[in-house]
Amino acid sequence: MDITTVIEAQNLSLTFQTNDGPVHALKDVSLTISKGDFVSFIGPSGCGKTTFLRVMADLEQPTSGAITVNGVSPAEARKARAYGYVFQAAGLYPWRTIGGNIRLPLEIMGYSTPEKTERVNRVLELVDLGGFEKKFPWQLSGGMQQRASIARALAFDADILLMDEPFGALDEIVRDHLNEQLLALWDRTRKTIGFVTHSIPEAVYLSTKIVVMSPRPGRITDVIESTLPRERPLDIRDTPEFLEIAHRVRDGLRTGHAYD
Amino acid sequence: MTRALFPILVMIIAIVVLWFVAMLPMNAHQAVLEAERAGAIVNPDTASARTGLSGWTLLYRNFEPVTEYAWMQERPRLPGPHQVFAELWNTTVEKKVTSKRSLIYHSWITLSATLLGFALGSVFGILLAIGIVYSRVMDLSVMPWVIASQTIPILALAPMIIVVLNAVGLSGLVPKAIISMYLSFFPVVVGMVKGLRSPEIMQLDQMRTWFATGGQTFWKLRLPASIPYLFASLKVAIAASLVGAIVGELPTGAVAGLGARLLAGSYYGQTIQIWSALLMAAGLAAVMVGLIGLIQRIVLKRMGVF
Repeated sequence: MDITTVIEAQNLSLTFQTNDGPVHALKDVSLTISKGDFVSFIGPSGCGKTTFLRVMADLEQPTSGAITVNGVSPAEARKARAYGYVFQAAGLYPWRTIGGNIRLPLEIMGYSTPEKTERVNRVLELVDLGGFEKKFPWQLSGGMQQRASIARALAFDADILLMDEPFGALDEIVRDHLNEQLLALWDRTRKTIGFVTHSIPEAVYLSTKIVVMSPRPGRITDVIESTLPRERPLDIRDTPEFLEIAHRVRDGLRTGHAYD
Repeated sequence: MTRALFPILVMIIAIVVLWFVAMLPMNAHQAVLEAERAGAIVNPDTASARTGLSGWTLLYRNFEPVTEYAWMQERPRLPGPHQVFAELWNTTVEKKVTSKRSLIYHSWITLSATLLGFALGSVFGILLAIGIVYSRVMDLSVMPWVIASQTIPILALAPMIIVVLNAVGLSGLVPKAIISMYLSFFPVVVGMVKGLRSPEIMQLDQMRTWFATGGQTFWKLRLPASIPYLFASLKVAIAASLVGAIVGELPTGAVAGLGARLLAGSYYGQTIQIWSALLMAAGLAAVMVGLIGLIQRIVLKRMGVF
């Protein structure tokens, strides 16, 4: 397996100036993500996990420290369309069909028409939405909409997929199903995934690396390398190994809270 | 459809009944006078004794003569629907459209100014909204003026616009269209600013992750997102345009147009002419708003949004 570094953050800090004084969203965060990693960021609200992801995506500018994405700055990586970003809400355009929504980034990036068609069909198959191309978003369930938004992020073949609580608004059953599909997709496409979540089982089930964060100031309290195999059926969640990792994550979250 | 028709029909019948009833006290003085001239016995029996009395009192004391004469006067204070519709029929179907007495001719004069003003106002409104959304300086400097512009009574402003434009050699259609535009750009600005700002921050961030240009964000996100707002504004704007065009016809000396018909009618006490011009204007507005509603339905349906 190739072990080139995809994302490297060193002593990254980000302070927001607000009316109530400065908020330390990130403080001295250092992390290395290798190619093909599935990295989850877990922690309570305000721990900076989303901010960290947004810094990688060049949606926020760090106050100090250094970060590279694919060896270049996040701004250059964004310009090179190095990553696909999946937001908490699907954010599909209601006036475009599912196919039209997936075609949107391809239009922006100037792909040719036959290539657009080919890619739309391919990613729709990838997220199990074949045949839904002509449907409008409101005709799909929440889980299907989120799958379409993942397809949209995959359409232009970025090596990195950044996901900000993509399944946060979905119910447990749909979530389990999508987690399973996401793992299969990650296995097939060999992408590097950054995944923000609130859920311990979700983080442990999906990740090769779990980054535990805590708030005020936002920082990393623990980085756990998963010992679970790459192949993960849903019932792996009942194994002692899984529970042990989950336990360590919970411990990490608790230590983070000991300050307040 | 039939379920919607019933309440509409009830309303129309109620209005017509109320209209006929209102004619009795409104036209009572004149009716009693006409009855007296025709030899009927009326109470009180002199015009001077009657002047101080209300229409209802006269109606109460002279029920039969009033009901006989109030609904069919030549120059009633309040003409009846039958008289107004007869006038409408006379001045549309019976007259050639080129005739100065044809209401279709006058409607067309007003309509052309309305449509030109509406087009100018919509384009100007959209451009202004784009400026306001994209430039913070414009947002802070222009928006207060846009709002202030609508607090000036258009009746006061219209003659000045006409005089000023006349001085630079513009007369006829254009000054009226500009007054019409003055009223119609406002709802378009307000609606479009709201519409262009309607995409969520998340959707704008998403555009950034794709490294979309400003133009792409505008054409693919902001503009389509604003379309429902645009149509809502256009409906208000077209009605305002018509009001503007009519107001613009008043100070020009009432040569032609629905505004001219209103003014001439009031000069010569031709209430039936005023009412028929009023109904025509209302009908025009209804048709134009309905037309925009139809286009809205078609466009939104094609966009997949209901």
